[in-house]
Amino acid sequence: MTLSITMTVNGDRLALTLDDPRTTLLDLLRDRVGLTGTKKGCDRGQCGACTVLVDGRRINSCLALAAAHDGSDITTVEGLAQGDDLHPVQAAFIAQDGFQCGYCTPGQIMSAVALIAEGEAGDDPERIREGMSGNICRCAAYAGITDAVREATRRMQQDERRSA
Amino acid sequence: MSDVIPMPVGPAGGHVRLGSNAGQSMTRRDGIAKVTGTATYAADNRPDRLLHAVYASASIARGRVTFLDTAAAEAHPGVVMVMTPANRPPLAIHPDEKVGMFGQKIEALQDDGVRYAGQPIALVVAETLEAAAEGARLLAPRYEALPPRIDIDAQPRFEAETVGFGFPAAHAVGDLEAGLAAAARVVERDYVTPAQYHNALEPHAIVAEWQGDRLIIDTPNQAIVMMRGVFAAYFDMPEENLLLRSPYLGGGFGSKAAVWGPQLLVILAAKALGRPVKLALRRDQMFGPVSHRGATRQKLRLGLDAEGRLTALEHRAAAVGSSFENFFEPAGRASENLYATPAMAMSHEGIRIDTGTPGAMRAPGEASGSAALESVMDEAAFELGLDPLEFRLRNYAETDPATGNPFSSKALRECYAQGAARFGWAGRPLQPRQMRDAAGLLTGWGMGTAIFPAPMFQATARAVLRADGSAVVETAAADMGQGAWTSLAQIAADGLGIDVSRLEFRSGSSDLPDAGVAGGSGHTATAGSALFNAGADAVAKLAELATKDPASPLFGAGNAAVVARDGRLMLADDESRGEAYEDILARAGLDLIEGHGKGVRGEAEAQSRAMFSHGAVFAEVKVDPDLGQVRVSRLVGAFAAGRIINPKLADSQLKGGMIWGIGFALQEEAIHDPRTGRPVNADLAGYHVPVNADVPHVEAITVHEDDPFVNTLGVKGVGEIGITGTVGAIANAVWHATGVRVRRFPIHPEDLIG
Ligand code: FES
Ligand code: FES
Repeated sequence: MTLSITMTVNGDRLALTLDDPRTTLLDLLRDRVGLTGTKKGCDRGQCGACTVLVDGRRINSCLALAAAHDGSDITTVEGLAQGDDLHPVQAAFIAQDGFQCGYCTPGQIMSAVALIAEGEAGDDPERIREGMSGNICRCAAYAGITDAVREATRRMQQDERRSA
Repeated sequence: MSDVIPMPVGPAGGHVRLGSNAGQSMTRRDGIAKVTGTATYAADNRPDRLLHAVYASASIARGRVTFLDTAAAEAHPGVVMVMTPANRPPLAIHPDEKVGMFGQKIEALQDDGVRYAGQPIALVVAETLEAAAEGARLLAPRYEALPPRIDIDAQPRFEAETVGFGFPAAHAVGDLEAGLAAAARVVERDYVTPAQYHNALEPHAIVAEWQGDRLIIDTPNQAIVMMRGVFAAYFDMPEENLLLRSPYLGGGFGSKAAVWGPQLLVILAAKALGRPVKLALRRDQMFGPVSHRGATRQKLRLGLDAEGRLTALEHRAAAVGSSFENFFEPAGRASENLYATPAMAMSHEGIRIDTGTPGAMRAPGEASGSAALESVMDEAAFELGLDPLEFRLRNYAETDPATGNPFSSKALRECYAQGAARFGWAGRPLQPRQMRDAAGLLTGWGMGTAIFPAPMFQATARAVLRADGSAVVETAAADMGQGAWTSLAQIAADGLGIDVSRLEFRSGSSDLPDAGVAGGSGHTATAGSALFNAGADAVAKLAELATKDPASPLFGAGNAAVVARDGRLMLADDESRGEAYEDILARAGLDLIEGHGKGVRGEAEAQSRAMFSHGAVFAEVKVDPDLGQVRVSRLVGAFAAGRIINPKLADSQLKGGMIWGIGFALQEEAIHDPRTGRPVNADLAGYHVPVNADVPHVEAITVHEDDPFVNTLGVKGVGEIGITGTVGAIANAVWHATGVRVRRFPIHPEDLIG
């Protein structure tokens, strides 16, 4: 059984033929679309390594069936930087050493981008930690992650003010 | 940084200084790759015509497989191969034989036997991952099951011959019985630690591709060149025909310093099918064949005189291993080198259960042993009416208690002082259950001493200075998050006397010189020394050219009178006299100059000095008096670990280790179903590791330490020490908050209420 779906991934409109209806959004991105930045840590919604944005909201792509996302607008870690210009969250993760092995990092960064957009945590480290706790970092780079989210939040607010 | 510290450089001469690159908090050189998703981990490789593999795991812990519905699996669309013990192609070495120094029996479908739950019992290869997964499910195995031997305390104990990686299982100094007899007080306690699983966030993975008789494998590995040799041995092929690539590991923690059965099966499948094959373990499979930290039962006995000085220290550990292999968590070794005592005795028993074989997991032995030692020290301090820090200072070891040797360096007193000051330890009430916060939560403070050996292994490296003044250095180091791509480059640049921005670093691949193992917290010291010496060797050759060349401003200077920095060679006592590397090479008509270096510890230093990193960890916990829920509200560690190459990265390593201490103390444990022998929490929802909200405040201080003996760099290592000390500090803080002493890790809320 094959299914045809369309998706916008990092701004590109893709027409995809699913040869297997069981394919998750995560496996679709990694194996079919070839965007391997998004990682698989558990395949069951427990680690956050696979976090992507679907229509602006963060989700665990391992728990999403690709076929259920016909027409969706997906953003992955590959879609954040503008050419050589890193997204403020990416830059802050480097500056604050918000990772070690880097395996959780694409998920952390996508989660952070969404958390900042959600506007719930602001600059409050405790709320940031809470809001980022769906993303496990086994290397335990948590202090750097929290600092990176705070730094990126502040920078994005400044940028917004400047452009307003 | 402006202060340049002159350092001897070992064999190559005296003209290279350490300090212009090392010592700086550079951000990670692999940072952009990691934040943009372009860093390629093993499972990210997608060669053409790739097939996907999934292995089926045994759901019993002991017995044999009597039936696999291979026909059903083979009939599933997309499945191209079902490998079972009945058709598994041969390996050159039987999986029950050990290969290499750290070899262990592994499981690679050698027979129908099942020796632990989660053991691979068949491999299914298919055109898609989904088809392979479904094929594996369709195998619907049947078993002849024997009752699992899983209840640790119901199994017999025996004297272990060796523990860990072949360490002696017992060690004694002085007369223990006499020491105990002379004691004014004896404190004896038992502690229990659980089975823990590494759970690197990146599951073990491999992509294997044969190109004729050449084999390319992408697989995360902590000992790239050594394990190339082990892989090659299983396939009876020349090592140079095998390329193992491991540029990034998504965490290792000890479990990726080996070869595991499923990897061999994938290589066999790729050969049989003539196509590349990929396998990535499922999370539940991370609780099977890829090792773990074995559980322990530990008894400690302290003999104490009236002033609270140790007269005897006894540490007896029973360590749980598998039914078929001998790796036992060397917990007792944690007590050998820390506190001064005239008499000590450590020994280990083994216990066998039906589990996969344990192995090295971050601070193997030190973590479990330190948890018990630092707990009993706290209990003794309380019995003596002493502040726990004061008690430790009274038992401060000026020389290594195990050997009597001097320490190569030991700034532990400074760690105690700086950590205590930063934490605000002074004024801590001796009695427990004295402090509450504004919200009414019980508050407690505890501390523990951290210690970890500073070993070196063996490594080699190559350095090439190019005509344009840039350089390339090569060694097959492994970066599993500790930052080898960055800190090793900093060291290499100093060896070459150039700015790190001019340096290309080739690493993470088995066709490069052997960097040794990224383990034992010795990778920076070992591979770093090799790189540094390789650079120094190249510079020495350059100096040779310059000082013999009448056209050079350095003509006639002795080798030792020359220093190298910022791509220039200069007279040590007149830095205005010198010239750029480019000029020396150009005049000599050379495109490049090449140096080689080794990283290995001198035998004399190794025999005559005790080499350890030290630290002091202070913890504050808050405990809900009604629910028993524990939160580590503050964690402050102060560590002395020799020269710190990159403070930013070292800080991350130390904090990571300390947070592992939170996991050990309060969260991590694998629980096995006594009837089936299966782990019941083999996933990240049931096996808890710290998340961001568990870590509100963690601070790591590095205390300055010059060590002229460990190696020419003065580097010890920071990868594992953070977990030691921390576990005890948290347990002691929990006791201090509640008055309840829990001697079984992890501490559960229900231990603290009722
Ligand atoms: S891979 Fe999706 S949450 Fe872990
Ligand atoms: S950086 Fe390794 S898991 Fe987060």
